[in-house]
Amino acid sequence: MKENKRSAAVFYRKYGIALILVILFVASALVNHNFLKPRNLINILTQISVVTIIACGEEMLIVSGLIDLSAGLICTGSMCFAAGVLVNTGSVLLAILTGLGFGALCGWINGFLVTYFKLQAFIATLAMTNIVKGAVQLYTNGQAISGVDKIEWLGHYKVAGAIPLPVVIMLASVVVIAILMKHTSLGLLIYSIGGNEKATIASGINTNRTKRIIFTLSSLLTGLAGVVLLGRLVAGMPSVGEGYEFDAITAVVVGGTSFLGGIGSVTGALIGSIIVGLINNILNLLHVSTQYQLIVKGVLIAGAVIIDTMTKEDKKGM
Amino acid sequence: MNGKVIVELKEIRKEFPGVVALDQVNMKIREGSVHALAGENGAGKSTLMKILSGTYTNYGGEVLIDGKTVHMKSEKEAFANGISIVAQELNYVAELTIAENMYIGREPKKGKYFVDVKKRLKDCQALLDMMGLDYNPNEKMGHLSVAQRQMIEILKSLSRNARVIIMDEPTSALTSKEAEILFRKIKELKQKGIAFVFISHRLNELFEICDEYTVLRDGKWIASGAIKDTDQDHLISMMVGRAIEDIYPPLPPHTDQTVFAVENLSSAGVFEDISFEIHAGEIFGFAGMMGAGRSEVARSIFGMDSYDTGKIFIDGQEKKFHSIRDAIRGSVAMITEDRGAYGFVGVRSIEDNIALPNLDFLVTNGWLRHEEIEKRSKDIFDKLRIKAPGIETAVGTLSGGNQQKVVLAKWLVRNVRLLILDEPTRGIDVGAKQEIYNLITELSKQGIAILLISSDMPEVLSMSHRIAVVARGKIAGILSHEEATQDKVMKMIVEAN
Repeated sequence: MKENKRSAAVFYRKYGIALILVILFVASALVNHNFLKPRNLINILTQISVVTIIACGEEMLIVSGLIDLSAGLICTGSMCFAAGVLVNTGSVLLAILTGLGFGALCGWINGFLVTYFKLQAFIATLAMTNIVKGAVQLYTNGQAISGVDKIEWLGHYKVAGAIPLPVVIMLASVVVIAILMKHTSLGLLIYSIGGNEKATIASGINTNRTKRIIFTLSSLLTGLAGVVLLGRLVAGMPSVGEGYEFDAITAVVVGGTSFLGGIGSVTGALIGSIIVGLINNILNLLHVSTQYQLIVKGVLIAGAVIIDTMTKEDKKGM
Repeated sequence: MNGKVIVELKEIRKEFPGVVALDQVNMKIREGSVHALAGENGAGKSTLMKILSGTYTNYGGEVLIDGKTVHMKSEKEAFANGISIVAQELNYVAELTIAENMYIGREPKKGKYFVDVKKRLKDCQALLDMMGLDYNPNEKMGHLSVAQRQMIEILKSLSRNARVIIMDEPTSALTSKEAEILFRKIKELKQKGIAFVFISHRLNELFEICDEYTVLRDGKWIASGAIKDTDQDHLISMMVGRAIEDIYPPLPPHTDQTVFAVENLSSAGVFEDISFEIHAGEIFGFAGMMGAGRSEVARSIFGMDSYDTGKIFIDGQEKKFHSIRDAIRGSVAMITEDRGAYGFVGVRSIEDNIALPNLDFLVTNGWLRHEEIEKRSKDIFDKLRIKAPGIETAVGTLSGGNQQKVVLAKWLVRNVRLLILDEPTRGIDVGAKQEIYNLITELSKQGIAILLISSDMPEVLSMSHRIAVVARGKIAGILSHEEATQDKVMKMIVEAN
């Protein structure tokens, strides 16, 4: 029995999530005839775009044995500050740079807290969540910032007349991070630090510096997600973005990334994100209420982690 | 071989899906006798002991206790039958006291719900007194040394009225002096009729402490008998299934050219005034007890820890390493004593692990040179004869010996002048040990200076051209290969203390 469990877990790691996606896709197409319409499919991808861009950063962090709980609010902050700059200067470029810069700065500070003061990533980013939340409330007074029509194209322009720009940005982010993780020394270090940080240090690597880079890069992506969100909403909304970090982490975990670090891929996170988006979509089409959607999402996360633990236990048993 | 048989294992068979782990295994454990269970890793020693201690409940054959067949269904039932195991990785709660740990889960009660703290303390003290140990029962377990914790584990067994105590690699983390104390206590308990099953990779220990032996190989029973009727070579040949003349290869000659030197290296409170030099092709041994400062000197040379004063020279040039990175770029490599913690990234492939310390020449502008990494990994993989399906295999799934080869491989792809080996064969079985020894001599022939730190006395004496005896953070003396004996080294340690 143990042998079966083991091969099932190994199979899941390799092909499982893609297989689950295919099964879900076919099942959805069978239960609802609206599902397969191109507009609906593109809709799914558009809806997951912001969270998936955040998930790209979260993937790097979780593989390194780190985490960012502040990603949701950094996204909100990037959106609102970019909106403010756009309203005040009228420059889209300056607004985008503000969003990206704010993200990167928060990420660097997270990394600094973790590496210099040796805070747990969980704690440091929890603190950051509150700080950014307060700052955003102060800046916006809790009101949406409107008058940012100039950036609407970022959320609504259709590439080749069909594919929304956010989807293209999402796919580009996945490709870039996939290449980074597979083909660069930073990628190797991300996996090594997550797998065994002490051994990485003993191999002569300055892991603190690497961690700061990972945090900064991750939050830069979150900042990008923030400006894309601004384009989609065409307003800086201080109440939107909170909780996105958990949707991103869900995508990462469902995508087969180990929470213990050292194992995982960003394409997995993309598939994980699509699975979540697809389930939400089909439940919507079937008029299932959001309450049930949440329950399904919860079961999905637990299921993915149970399979993950099964693989781990096997290794220990050997 | 007299003494009443307490436990008899008869034709034990244990299958795991797809593998027969044990087949037709027999063993008799006698009152007041220490029984060596010998075999290479994977021979089935642990599996057999897990059956005896009630962990594996599904097996073929019979377990007889006092002549009666019993089929124990839990560890608790094994305790009730007087069988207790002291695992290699000790189980204890560091934040609890000795007394609390000793009675964990079976605290003496006052009434139904309250722990009788006074009785627990009194019982614990009585046990400590009985063994003549002067530990404070209120001391936190985490403050004790490994050896002391082991004693507590044994006491814990005794407090459960154990008649058979299984000890799995009890000395692997002990210094020779601590091991001696352990052996003395085992001998005392033997007199009281307690039986021991003793598993150790250090064969000389089996001859020091054991009365009987049973050898397993590939899950099969090979032989049993009195330890006085066998010798090390014979025992090894039974364990590996072929004759091994001498596991230590002859030392190749070395040159007089100084590759590495330290002068008056000191670190306050850790080590003092360390000076020595190593020539090209020379293996320089560090003998001494754990905690004498041997690893600390090595860590300072490697840039892991800082030092206060002193000079380090490589090929005559003075070097100052501020970090491990500096040391690596300065052609120093170190294999640390805790292989699992510092040696490798278990979930990643052999290839990734080999690339990790060598990114300086395996990366151009941030891009990994995959072809070069693969080529170098494959070369070293074949050269070291690492037993694994391929270079993409995760290192954590390999045996201890092969893991150690990967750790060596990491450093051998670069040009190393000084190689520091800290306990390179700990927890590795005989066959793999011999391969590691051959590799070490192979490396020395290439003109590398090697610093070998080992608590395994025969190993450090046989494998070193010269041996520095380190005690209390100082070099007590340097002996040549020819003049060094265990007695001399021990005497120097004792005098320095």
